Amino acid sequence: MSPTLFWIFAAITLGFGAATLINRNPVASALSLAVSFLGLAALFTSLSATFIGIVQVLVYAGAVMVLFLFIIMLLDLKAEQRRQVRLSALIGGVVIAGLFASQVVLVLRHFPKGNHEFPPLSLPHPDAVNIGLTLFGHYNLPFQVIGVLILVASIGVVVLSKRELN
Amino acid sequence: MAYKVSRPNLTFAEKIYLPSVLAGLRITLGHLWRMLRGKTHVVMQYPEEKWDSHLPEYYRGAPTLVRDEHGRTRCVSCQLCEFICPPRAIRIKPGEIPAGDKFGKVEKYPAEFDIDMLRCIYCGLCQEVCPEQAIFLQKQYALTGTARTQLMHNKEKLLEMGGIKTGLVNKWNEKK
Amino acid sequence: MNAILQFLHPLIDPASIPFLLWTTLAKSIGLLCIVLVMVSYTVYAERRVSSLIQDRLGPNRTGFPLSLFGNLFGIKWRDWSPILGGLGQPIADAVKLLLKEEFTPAFVKKFYFWIAPGLGIGAAIVSLAVIPFGSKIWGVDMVIANIDIGPLFVFAISSLGVYGIVLAGWSSNSKYPFLGAVRSTSQLISYELSLGLSVVPLFMIVGKLNLVDLVSYQVQNGWMILPGITAAKPHLPGTLGSYLIIVPILISFIVFTIAMFAETNRLPFDLPEGETELVGGYHTEYSSLKFALFFLGEYTAMITGSSFIVTLFLGAWHFPGIPEGGAPSLAGLLLGFVNIGVFFVKVIAFLLFFIAIRWTLPRFRYDQLMKLGWIYFFEIALVNIFLTALILAFVP
Ligand code: SF4
Ligand code: SF4
Repeated sequence: MSPTLFWIFAAITLGFGAATLINRNPVASALSLAVSFLGLAALFTSLSATFIGIVQVLVYAGAVMVLFLFIIMLLDLKAEQRRQVRLSALIGGVVIAGLFASQVVLVLRHFPKGNHEFPPLSLPHPDAVNIGLTLFGHYNLPFQVIGVLILVASIGVVVLSKRELN
Repeated sequence: MAYKVSRPNLTFAEKIYLPSVLAGLRITLGHLWRMLRGKTHVVMQYPEEKWDSHLPEYYRGAPTLVRDEHGRTRCVSCQLCEFICPPRAIRIKPGEIPAGDKFGKVEKYPAEFDIDMLRCIYCGLCQEVCPEQAIFLQKQYALTGTARTQLMHNKEKLLEMGGIKTGLVNKWNEKK
Repeated sequence: MNAILQFLHPLIDPASIPFLLWTTLAKSIGLLCIVLVMVSYTVYAERRVSSLIQDRLGPNRTGFPLSLFGNLFGIKWRDWSPILGGLGQPIADAVKLLLKEEFTPAFVKKFYFWIAPGLGIGAAIVSLAVIPFGSKIWGVDMVIANIDIGPLFVFAISSLGVYGIVLAGWSSNSKYPFLGAVRSTSQLISYELSLGLSVVPLFMIVGKLNLVDLVSYQVQNGWMILPGITAAKPHLPGTLGSYLIIVPILISFIVFTIAMFAETNRLPFDLPEGETELVGGYHTEYSSLKFALFFLGEYTAMITGSSFIVTLFLGAWHFPGIPEGGAPSLAGLLLGFVNIGVFFVKVIAFLLFFIAIRWTLPRFRYDQLMKLGWIYFFEIALVNIFLTALILAFVP
């Protein structure tokens, strides 16, 4: 993989990720999130994980879209833009973020394997097949359990929202 | 009051809708096929084929001024049409016919007679109100121009479009 | 450029990069040219076929008046416009749209208002990259990007296209585009589900998630929806399973086609625009070139959709009796082009079907549309997957 492109996509991912937080306008913020996911997808693709890269776009693009609609429908955009940042909150945020970042750096520095360069993966199957085999083979039971769990959750949502109508 | 609308009982084939899609397609494609074989003739290719010969007698095209068989402009400049014209398309400037003239008895004639065809709505009220049978909506319908002024019909243009109309009541002749 | 390729194919042999680069570039430009010309003539065909269906003639005046060139090149050009009547219409339309006043209302959110039209058409064009539009020419695969997850790529990119619509509606900052955008977004998101689910049976049958593999499967075993007739070696007294499997394929074909109509905003699902009744829709505030981009984007999406259907169900470039091209010889070269031609003929046939349907069915009511998407097609597509699995597992 070419390091230049890695840096470009990494910059896109991180830059738009930061823009998501910084932007006053919630719509701009949601869009930055989408672009950031695109950058991430490109990084996955470069690791030969095309499946994850595309699913990243497929799932999150849809998710951000819904988020987007919620913003438009439910939020008062003008009030959101006028909102002032309190200095104490700002300082607190910066301190916490700084602590977290320094911890990440410390851990990585003392993790020798982080400095190795990995050879490119050469898998017997395309990665979609690998993921399928792993999910439905080795992790079959947890996968089914999670499926049932999500089903219960969505049925719960339907039941709750129905009751409100009556 | 609420009405109870009775819904038709649909059969299974109607419910799944696909058979009716096919039936509909048969109709549309049938039309397409007939058209492609040249079996349908409903459209007139306008500039080449015109419907002039099919125009009915009462067709209301552009208003025009007519002359009688003696070559007199029938209009006596009474300005009734100017008053009745709903969009005020007509402007008339009356002129006097000198006493010694052949048509001296008529006394008035239109010195200027303009119809703004950008305003005219082809209503025919001017023709209906005219006491002199001087203005007629004839069969010219394709008026085009590249400038606004070209659609301001003046007296000459109106007379040229109108031509001579005979067989009308010529009340001024009897009084002569 | 080399860097990009190495980025995308880490395992590639560096020596073959320039070749790959040039062929990819040539394929992209070639496909783009074909598709853009097709887009403009689809608009023309839409008008012409529509009017023929309605017993009218349609635009038949704007021919190519070659006589305008006078005695250019020493040839006396004949005026062909009565014969090529109407074929110049797309050019006239384009000129008209370009010369119209580019009007941006003062109240719009400029930045989003400007990027929205590009997103829609961009998404439609990019999805074409994974569609195998021909067999091979001189050993080069006629697909721009042969990736292992072709259909997912198409769905992912077309889900990005929704952003164009919703951004247009939101940034126009007025109520009709906004309502139009919300209407379209919910329609597109709903039908994306059945669209995605309905193709799953195909890939269960083929066992791979690669469109090129899917096409070679169809070349060997016959087209997806017409397996018996079009197979290379018709093995007609087949097993019970090979007959039964046609049922889920047909179901998924119907569901996919209908969902594709909804995704491309075609009648009977054209509520996003509702040209006559619903005040335009998301592009109400757009004019001139930006409107043209939306308009052409829609037709590009139609072409992408038809190509996708043709690839998935109708055997892509394969036609019984026409062998696969690609051998490095004159015959192979010609066959390669014939294969591409077959593909586009199929796409055009499907586009004509799109147009004929437009004048056949009335528009659905909005609640009917949602009910159809969520209650019927979604469930049908899901059950269809199980059906396919059962047949594949238990019927030999
Ligand atoms: S036809 Fe009607 S509108 Fe036209 S000039 Fe006569 S009165 Fe006026
Ligand atoms: S055209 Fe008739 S109504 Fe009009 S001024 Fe002349 S005579 Fe009077």
